This record gives sequence, C-alpha cells and structure tokens, in this order.
Amino acid sequence: MSQYDAIIIGAGHNGLTNAAYLAKAGLNVLVVEKNDYIGGAAVSRELHEGWVYSNCSYVCSMMRQSLHRDLDLSRHGLMLVPYLGTVNFADNGDTLLSYHSEAAAYNELKRISRHDADAMFRIQTDLTRYSQVIRKTLLRTPPDPTSFKPRDIHELLFLAKEFWSLGEKELYEYIRFFTLSAADFLDEYFETDIVKTSMAGAGIIGTALGVYSPGSSYILLHHVMGDVDGSIGAWGLARGGMGAISNAIASALQSYGGEIRTNAPVERILVKDGKASGVALSNGDVLNADIIVSNLDARRTFTQIMEKEDLPPGIYEKAANYKIRGSSGKVNIALSGLPKFNNVPDNPYVNRGGQAFSGSLETMERAYDCWKRGTWSDDPFIEGVIPSAWDPTVAPPGMHWMSNFIQYCPPELADGPWTEEKRDQFGQTVIDKIERYSPGFKDLIVHMEVRTPWEIEQEVGLTEGNIFQGELTIDQLLFNRPFPGYAQYRMPVKNMYMCGSSTHPGGGVSSACGANAAREILMDLRRPNTVPEDDCYDE
Amino acid sequence: MSSFDLAGERPKPSHFQPRLDEFNLHEAWSTWNGYKFAEYYYEVEFEYFCVRNLCGTYDISPMQKYIISGPDAEAMLDRMVTRNVKKMKENRVSYVLWCTNEGRVIDDGTIFRLGPDEFMLTCGSPSTAWLKKSCVGFDDLTIRDRSDDLAGLSLQGPTSCAVLKKMGLAGIENAKPFTIHYFEFGGAKLMVSRTGFSGDLGYELWIDAEHALSLWDAVYAAGKDYGIHPYGEQATNMLRLEAGFIMPGYEFNEALKTVNFQYDQTPYELNLGWMVDLKKPHFNGRNALIQEAQRGPKYTLTRLDIEGNKPADGSFIYNSKKCKTDIGYVTSAMWSPVVKANIALAMIETKYLGGELWAEISYEKELRQYYKVARCSAQDAPFWTPERAKLTPPADV
Repeated sequence: MSQYDAIIIGAGHNGLTNAAYLAKAGLNVLVVEKNDYIGGAAVSRELHEGWVYSNCSYVCSMMRQSLHRDLDLSRHGLMLVPYLGTVNFADNGDTLLSYHSEAAAYNELKRISRHDADAMFRIQTDLTRYSQVIRKTLLRTPPDPTSFKPRDIHELLFLAKEFWSLGEKELYEYIRFFTLSAADFLDEYFETDIVKTSMAGAGIIGTALGVYSPGSSYILLHHVMGDVDGSIGAWGLARGGMGAISNAIASALQSYGGEIRTNAPVERILVKDGKASGVALSNGDVLNADIIVSNLDARRTFTQIMEKEDLPPGIYEKAANYKIRGSSGKVNIALSGLPKFNNVPDNPYVNRGGQAFSGSLETMERAYDCWKRGTWSDDPFIEGVIPSAWDPTVAPPGMHWMSNFIQYCPPELADGPWTEEKRDQFGQTVIDKIERYSPGFKDLIVHMEVRTPWEIEQEVGLTEGNIFQGELTIDQLLFNRPFPGYAQYRMPVKNMYMCGSSTHPGGGVSSACGANAAREILMDLRRPNTVPEDDCYDE
Repeated sequence: MSSFDLAGERPKPSHFQPRLDEFNLHEAWSTWNGYKFAEYYYEVEFEYFCVRNLCGTYDISPMQKYIISGPDAEAMLDRMVTRNVKKMKENRVSYVLWCTNEGRVIDDGTIFRLGPDEFMLTCGSPSTAWLKKSCVGFDDLTIRDRSDDLAGLSLQGPTSCAVLKKMGLAGIENAKPFTIHYFEFGGAKLMVSRTGFSGDLGYELWIDAEHALSLWDAVYAAGKDYGIHPYGEQATNMLRLEAGFIMPGYEFNEALKTVNFQYDQTPYELNLGWMVDLKKPHFNGRNALIQEAQRGPKYTLTRLDIEGNKPADGSFIYNSKKCKTDIGYVTSAMWSPVVKANIALAMIETKYLGGELWAEISYEKELRQYYKVARCSAQDAPFWTPERAKLTPPADV
C-alpha cells in the first residue's frame, strides 16, 4: 500500500500548483521540500528585521488568471498589484521614462526621436500579435509532432490554425522572429540606441544569450507576453512579496487536504520494476506513492536524484546536456529612504517603478562577453524595482527595498568557484554602478543580500541558478521542452512526471507548468480534469 | 470669449479644489450636485489599487448633508426611513433608505446620530423638498442644510488607520465600524466616522469648509509614506461594486425621478429587505412594503460571478444557454482585479433565481462586434469582504 497517491518534489509555485490540482481532484498528495520554507524561487524572506525581500523572482506577469481564479487564490490571500513607471538609463546619463498615459509616453519618445515614437506603435502591435498566439498555448500540453494519436493531431491542428490565422506575411515574420536576435529585431523598428536599449533588456534577462545572439528576440517576447488583468505587457507585484503567490497556492492545496513537508530533501526517486514507487529522503525516511512528480529542473531531476540504471539509455546524457546555464545575479537592498536618480523628475508615477540600467546595446553585449570569459562586467545590465513604493507590507513606512537583477553573472568564475569575497566584490560592482546614476545611494543602504548563481543553486536548487529551469531557446521550447519526446510531462520512467519550468511553457511565475502536468496525470488516472482552460481565447 | 460672462456656466469648485487640481492631470472632471467632481485623477485602475492596497481619498463634499435637530428629529427620521432610528445609539452611523408611500426607493444615505436630538443625514441627491414633506406633523425640529459649508473627505484602504494615527488622531485605532469620534484640529472640530463606500477599512472626515485645505494638507503629509492618492468617481464605482453596494442610476432609479410606472425599485427588489423594519409603527411606505414582503419582489438584485473575463455591461440575463427568454438585466459589471472574477449585479426576475442563469455579453475586437453567452452563478456574499474592514484595531498595512 502506498502512503500517498502522489508525492511532489519541491514546493516551488509549480509544485504547489500541481499538488493543489491533484488534491482538488481527490488525490492524497504530499509535497516534500528541502528547505525549511516553501516557495522555491517565488518566496518572501525577512532577512533584515522589517524588510521582506522577494529575494529570487521579484515581479509577476505570467500568472495564469484562470488558475488564480479557479484556485481562489485571492481568498487565500493573494493580491497582484500592477506597478508603473520604468526609467531606462543610458551610458551617457540620458533617461527614457515610460509614462503610463499614451499621450505622455508618446511625447517622451518624440523628445528622443519622432521616428521611434511612431515605430513604438508598430512594434507594440507586432508584439501583441505574436503574444496572442503564444498565450493560447500556455495552458495546453504541447502536441507530439510525431504522434498519430487523435489528441496530438487535434493539438497540432490547433497550433496550425492559430499560426495560419496570422496571414501569410506575418507567418513568415513570426517564424523568422523565433531565430532573430533581440538587437536585430529592434533594429527593424528603431533608429536610436536608447529606445532599442530600453526594450533589449527583456531579451537577455535570465538567459545566457546576448542582445546580438540569435534567439534572444523570443526571450524578449517571453517577457512581454504576460499581463495583469488582461493588460498585456504590464507587470505586477504580489502584495507581501512573491512568496504571497506560493503561500496562497499552498493554502489552496491545504484546503483540498494536501500536505506539505518542509526540511525534507529528496535523496532518490525510487524505481521498482521500471515504475517510480516512492522517494527516499536524506534523513533515511522512505515514502511510497503511486505517482512521483518532480518540480526540480530536468538536469537536477535526472542527474542528481535518480539512479542512472533506472533510466532508459540516453536520458542521462540528454539531462546532462540540457542547456541550463547560470547567467544572472540578484542584489537585494534595504534602503533608509527612496533613492533619487539623475535626470529623473520627482514624479511618483515614473520614479519608483523599475530602473533599467541598460546603458547601450554595446554595453550589454560587453557584459555578455565578460560572462563568456567567466567573470562579471564592471558595467552590468541591472534591472531594479522598488516594490516597497507600491507594497506597504515589505518595508517600514518611508523606507524601501530595491530588488536588483543583474545580467550577467557567471555560475563559476574563470579563476575558480565563487567565494564570499568575490561575491561581495560582485555586489560592490552593482552598487557602484547604481551610485553613478544615483549619487548618495550607498548612504541609504541598511542591509544588502548578494546572490550569485552559486547561492541561487544552493538555496533554491536551480541548476547553475538558471531562473527559467533551462534556456528558453527554440531547441528547448514547446514540444522540445525539456527533451523531444518528453514534452507531455510524462517522464521516461512510468508513473513519474515533471511539473517545473523545465517543462512547457517554461520559466516565469505562471503556474502553467504545474497545472498542465496535473491535467496529464489526471488523464492517465482516468479522473475528471480539474484544470481550467486559459481565458485568453477571445482576445 | 473674453467679453462674455460665463460664470454661471461653470460648476462650483470643491472645498478641496486647489489640491484636487494638482492631481487631476488630465482634466477629467464631471459634476456632482453642481460641484466640480473628478472622474479620475491619474488613471482609474491605479486609483482603484491605491484603495485596495494602500489608501486613497475621495472628495465627498458634494454629498448632501442635513443637520436635523430638535425634540421631534428622531421621530421625524424614524417615520421617513425604513430602518429603526429610535434604536440608534449616540455617535453611531446607520445606512438607511427612504421610500415613497408606494414603497419605492427615493434614495439611500446615512444617518449620523450626533446627540439625543441631533442627527446628520447624508445622501447623494438633494432632498430638501422631500425632507420638508417628511416633517409634516413634526414641528419641533429644525433642518440646517450644510451641503455647501461642511467639507467631507473619505479616506479608504488598508493603510488608512495608520495615516490617521500618524496625523495624531489619538485612539482612532479603537474606532469601531459605524462609530463617530471627534478631534480637535487647528482650532476646529474634526468629526471622523469609520464609514465609507469601498467595502474596505476606511474613515470619513468631516470639517467646516474653511478648514478643508488644512485638513487635506495634514492628511496628505501623514499619508506620504502610506501611498495616499485621490480617487475619482470611476474608481469608486469599481470599489463599491466589489463590495456589492448599490448606486442610483445603476441599480435603482430614484423614485421621485422615475417617469414610467414601477421603473423604480422597492427595497426588497434591491435585496435590502434587511433594512426594512416592518415591526416599527408607521413609516413612509410601510403598508406597501408589508404587501411587497408578503408577495415577494418581482425582481431581486443578484450578485453574479460570470465565466470568462469579458465584463457583462448592459447584458440581458436568460434562463437557458439558448437565450430565448430574458429574465433580467445587468445593472453594473466589471472584471474585478483583486477578486480575479468577472462580477456583476443584475436585476433578475425572482421566480427564475433557482435555475440556470446565462448572460449574453457583447464585446468589441478592433471595431468588430462580437457576443458570447456565458454561464452565471449567483453569489450569496459580497465579492470583496476583507477581514480588516471589520477588525478593531486594524493593522497598519
């Protein structure tokens, strides 16, 4: 007799979502988590008294609205609040402000270039068109293109219909788009570097590609296709930090009778007669279950917690070669006041959302060059956000915290592994750069947490600290994610599934991977589906 | 134009006008009772989120405010409104309705019991004439219309209590919902009630008009670190719909302004039967309402959760997916960003309420018109009821 119908490994948001849907369908589920807190990379942590950092993921736009609604996450305490106003900082000190009103945004762009102000309408239209197609795939299981099963054929036809509905010209453009670099894509629209740069950051965040690398244009789309309440491209903050998302899903899970066990690292997925049968925890406990779901990334799942001999030939190699490269760092800073930035007006609607220290396409590419050489740039791309200006629960009144995402940061340095000293030097580089644009910034610092890919891997468990659980390049997207032939959440060992961002539709706090995997598991169990459809179909 | 005298054309400025002007970046003004009144200040959803996440202020000065005092005041109001005013304790506020003799709703408002013989009645529409009618037989009272000289500022949202504490209103955290408290403010008397129209934690601040600007400045100085921002009519409409509150012009047509027979509503139709005290002796509309209570209302205002995410503004409600027989109509609808639901209030023929409910929703996509039929489910509770709205003392955030 198994103790559980299903055990889910890893209490990140996708694992919790998967468990919640299985529990909702009546299964007896357990989520095991290695840390003494839940959330994985969607987590809120009070590392300095009075300040709550979203110390990994920090903003949200991918969360599927229909899942939020269906799991009643608002009642479980989740509120997503859109934030406004990102400033882009150029190398020469110029700024480009993103005003919320269309008129003001247009005037700001026109100040820089009349041409680019007009072109912005065109690129937004094209990105919306591209987004619409992808958005419809998020809560669907990718078809197996080699299969003749009616369901796969049906899903392939669905995809074909969606792509054909673009019209011939746009279909060609779309196919080309997937292999373009962000810079090449932006070159087709804009003439000024600052406008291109302001959009190029979305093409490199979280990826080991540069703005000139083919494939980075899809990364850009991945970052702008989300929405907040139907406003595509908008970004939101979770009230209480990103952990509020995981906590709300956990609360929903518990309301359906599911269990969560923290401080329970999994040593091995147990396989008996070619079927997954349970997990062995590092404390020696063995827990049996009919179904084992891994929310860990594909590399970690198959190379760390499974025996090679339990896997069919070739899987270990696929996992070992799975592209999951660490490229990002994070510096979370508690501040005694709101920082002031050069060339930014004291306008609360634009000076306290995001700060993109992107410099220029050239600067971004140079930072990528450093990453390739196993070091970090002394002029990195930084995406800052000040959540405390929008969320009263994450810092004392009048005080703030700034989340800084740094692209690039290597998982290992050319001269050896990360040390505390080198980590601190990396943090120093970041605050030195911010200080250049915000004189006096350093004086505001109350506490700082510096995270290189090494810390992210150690704490969260993401291989190399890759935030997407694997690169979002076309060789690892849709029916190729994580590996061709295994994109439908079922893994090569029977009764074993994956539900993390290593599966379709990939990285981001969307809950889609977890929900899609739950749908497949329920189908295999011949249970009624409890996972809703996406609600973007009549966009 | 300079040779014309257009002064009479202009709406009257609010007591807070100079401050409102600073915030109203897009000149998005409408009017309320002759006063200039903001549709929105910066952007509707931004202001809505200020109230749900931080705090916001709403200029309620254009509301009508009548001070009714004298030995007959209690009896007069008790005869006028459907709730029992005699049971009201001093320094308490009560939400009330008043009806025609036929039991149709004239308006809703709030009664503040300021003393044994002193009350303040607030309401959306001017009511001097109706009040005068209601006074027949009650000679020992006076009515003072303070609509133009009493300023009102509503402060709503999770950080609202923290702002008032910061402002120095000692003990405000102990104020329970629907209570009245007084504070000394710059030599004037500041009245604070824990009331509002947002369904959330909130307070309303009342002060003589000449102190309006200094009150504003004090509130905004205290609110600086708590995300304070003014919000306008459109955000209010979102907030009140989530809270399930009714609005004239949406859920009900004021009886005295209704042309067509029974195109106005009874309290029972508005699902506000709990506000009608049939046990108290005569009050306006009592006989008609006794009959209505026995018969049951023809329509019932119903909260709907509608599938999909297209707001059902102006939709008909049907009893089957085939949409053959319409059984009602949507009065207000929106996508609720905090509840993450497609919500609406709808007037539905009571006899159909146990069955299926479908809304025919029309929407537009790049100029083309579409419609879809969506299943609706009736909800018992308001869409948005955070614990903090009732908690005393409330948390700071």
